Amino acid sequence: MDIILEGLRQAFILLVTFDPEVIGITWLSLKVSGTATFISLFIGMSVGTVVALTQFPGRKFVVSLINTGMALPPVVVGLFVTIFLWRNGPFGFLEILYTPTAMIIAQAIIATPIVMGISLAAMQQLPKKMRLQILALGATRLQMVRILIREARLPLLAAVMAGFGGVISEVGASIMVGGNIMDYTRVLTTATVMETSRGNFDIAMALSIILLLLAYLINLVLTYVQQRERPR
Amino acid sequence: MTTILEAKNLKVIRGGSLLVDVPGMEITEGETLSLIGPNGAGKTTLLQALSYLMKPSTGEVLFRGQAVGAQQGVLEYRRRLAMVFQEPLLFDTTVFGNVASGLKIRGIGGPEARRIVESQLDRFGIAHLQDRSARTLSGGEAQRTSLARAFAISPEILFLDEPFAALDPPTREAIVADLERVLAETKTTTVMATHDRNEALRLSARIAVMEGGRIAQIDRPIVVMNQPVDEFVASFVGTETILEGEVRGVNETALMVRVDGSEIEVVGKGKAGERVVLCIRPENVTLSLPDGNAKTSARNTFQGRIGRIVPLGLFHKVEISCGFPLVAYVTTHALEDLALQEGKEVAASVKATAIHVIRKSGS
Repeated sequence: MDIILEGLRQAFILLVTFDPEVIGITWLSLKVSGTATFISLFIGMSVGTVVALTQFPGRKFVVSLINTGMALPPVVVGLFVTIFLWRNGPFGFLEILYTPTAMIIAQAIIATPIVMGISLAAMQQLPKKMRLQILALGATRLQMVRILIREARLPLLAAVMAGFGGVISEVGASIMVGGNIMDYTRVLTTATVMETSRGNFDIAMALSIILLLLAYLINLVLTYVQQRERPR
Repeated sequence: MTTILEAKNLKVIRGGSLLVDVPGMEITEGETLSLIGPNGAGKTTLLQALSYLMKPSTGEVLFRGQAVGAQQGVLEYRRRLAMVFQEPLLFDTTVFGNVASGLKIRGIGGPEARRIVESQLDRFGIAHLQDRSARTLSGGEAQRTSLARAFAISPEILFLDEPFAALDPPTREAIVADLERVLAETKTTTVMATHDRNEALRLSARIAVMEGGRIAQIDRPIVVMNQPVDEFVASFVGTETILEGEVRGVNETALMVRVDGSEIEVVGKGKAGERVVLCIRPENVTLSLPDGNAKTSARNTFQGRIGRIVPLGLFHKVEISCGFPLVAYVTTHALEDLALQEGKEVAASVKATAIHVIRKSGS
């Protein structure tokens, strides 16, 4: 019991004193996962919107692929990104393995299907006749897509939050392609793994509290979005 | 009387079935035309083809004489019309924002948009709701907002697809009254699909009765109601008694038609031996008590027994069998006056001019 209480006490001190190591790790986590989510937002939302609004042969198959992608195991992504970026791999010449860039790539690959799948569902949930109503109001196709995205803005925000939540908390890919290098590629999850294995529970707990806080904030927004009513 | 919209050889085929087949149809500027018919008759599909929200499989739609999609751009055409659906389909913004949305799409904003939106909000009695979120509106308020949004763009043609079907009766009545007033003010050409014939009768200059994707009859309400072209239209517009018979005698103005052993005199055209269908609206049948003579000799008065009495609110529907089945609508007052009840003998009379004759072609 002491070990937990002592750990919590230490964690609290580290947090309120803005311990530079904890702050640095947190900041890098936010930067890497934020950038990855931002990239996934563009790819995920545009592909999700197109798939939601068009009909083509094999559409159901594509949707099933996207939904499978939402559960892509981070270690598998980590493995393939590592292979591609390995010195004599196809993109080895870029020399970005064990850099934050490699982590952003891996996390973007994890987040994109999540954002895509939720965007797709969000756009499909709008009433079917809504499109006819928008066209009847004289909208061009581009205006229609803009209005539909605006209508689905909160579920789309949920997509972004879910994507971000997925990558900020994953550890497998980050440790494989980032390498957990201090002050360079060490993020909340990889640091927690390392500190725990070393028995430094205080700092591990401080990092975990930050992760939990982020998870709570994300779910707060998701809950708000889910509980909301649509207009008639 | 200028034609604003014309359909030529219009067909909509989806998934191998013919949903709409309209060889020709003209809509006059300023008129209100209702499309009525049962579910699946093609009303909504025809509306969507006319508004070019659905591309017709063959044929063309001419707006002010110009073929849409050829001489006239589809987008340009759509920007001159408006459509209101059964569901209000409001955007997730304020009432004001919703009413302004069509203007915004056309690049109209600022004080000009504000002036237009405010006048439409006033027109539909929702000015006090302008800052409310569309999510918090009642069904009636939402549909008023949808109508205001449609009128804000001053459409040259307004399409309405069952606009009142989801509303409760008092709300529906209030909105129909508002729309009636607004249409009288703006003289907007309107095409409305509805399955409620009373709504159609109230708002329209003309009615088109649809069945199986085709227009069975298109005419003024009084003509459709009293002179239906076939049995389907007759029954859809509320003709309760539809009888098949054979013309026995012809004079200058009237025919004697034999129906199941009874002779019925009707005003109409026909020749002896011809098969005809007689349509008798229930409002045109008067009931009285039999005058004692076993068989009354008065023309078109038939004695019979009441089979069933169905209360319909203000009226009672009385089914009589007098050699053939006949249905009459009787006010509650008259029902009590005559002490009508099931099983009782009555005399039913119909004026020869109140019976519509449909000639069966090909026989």
